[in-house]
Amino acid sequence: MGFSNEQMERYSRHIILKEIGVKGQKKLLQGRVLIVGAGGLGAPAALYLAAAGVGTIGIADADDVDLSNLQRQVIHTTADIGKPKVISAKETMQAINPDVRVNAYRTFVMSENVMDLVRDYDFIIDGTDNFPAKFLINDACVLSKKPFSHAGIIRFKGQLMTYVPGQGPCYRCVFREPPPPDAVPTCRQAGVVGAVAGVIGALQAVEAIKYLVGAGDLLTGYMLTYDALKMEFRKIKLPRRESCEVCGPHPTILKPFDYEQKACDLKS
Amino acid sequence: MTITVMGKKKEYPDNLTVKELIEKENVESPLYVTVSVNDQFIKSETFQTARLHDGDTVEFLYFMGGGS
Repeated sequence: MGFSNEQMERYSRHIILKEIGVKGQKKLLQGRVLIVGAGGLGAPAALYLAAAGVGTIGIADADDVDLSNLQRQVIHTTADIGKPKVISAKETMQAINPDVRVNAYRTFVMSENVMDLVRDYDFIIDGTDNFPAKFLINDACVLSKKPFSHAGIIRFKGQLMTYVPGQGPCYRCVFREPPPPDAVPTCRQAGVVGAVAGVIGALQAVEAIKYLVGAGDLLTGYMLTYDALKMEFRKIKLPRRESCEVCGPHPTILKPFDYEQKACDLKS
Repeated sequence: MTITVMGKKKEYPDNLTVKELIEKENVESPLYVTVSVNDQFIKSETFQTARLHDGDTVEFLYFMGGGS
């Protein structure tokens, strides 16, 4: 695959990097990343991955763009209100970079479809907004041997970790199972700073890019936490949990399943 | 004794349990926090009995469910 002059210019700031170069840019153009959730995390991740020239980007979300989304979901505009988020996201990504093929999945990600969705991708970004979905994506990625980036945000805080098959702990090693509904505040109840979602979503895009080009160290075996009020990042070492139900040596979770989720929490 | 909590050295009385530390640190949603001591997860069932020692390093990991 040769680059056109336009591509050489478009990706020149990547190509000049010794960790990426022409070879790495080809890997990005051949790369396939699935983003689950076209929201606060998924929006910045999708924008940067499209701009970076990730050749195939899948984006899954069942919702339509709502006025209250625009404070942080920077891939959508006021004119997109009422439009399916995945269509709005696809249009923006293709406007940024026509090299990118976008697969839009206007659906909730559930146990019935998650394995089919992740199968075709090299790396998965969890940009979902609820614990059942976060555990589902974790389990599906562990079972499918797919790397993924977990992230969560609330108020002025965020966290992320990267799972790579065979390396380091998974999300379930750390958190075991979802908390009961309403035991832990959601962004809808507690709020979130849009730019904090941007910081964390952009970091998820960085992890995907590093994975695709094979550069540097991923956040495997670590949780990166961000506290915007204290302006503090911390990298916390995560042990593996031998008794982990999905990635441990004696797994009891052998296929993905859905935790119950109140219908009102499904909408973002 | 001196323990390092979330990267900061702090003085606490000897024989402090993990549960007591969670209370003293005003951990939000204390029933749903993941705790690691010296890079090992502590089972939540043992928070009440697990004692901390001088020089221990404690991390709290919180559920963050937001993303949309």
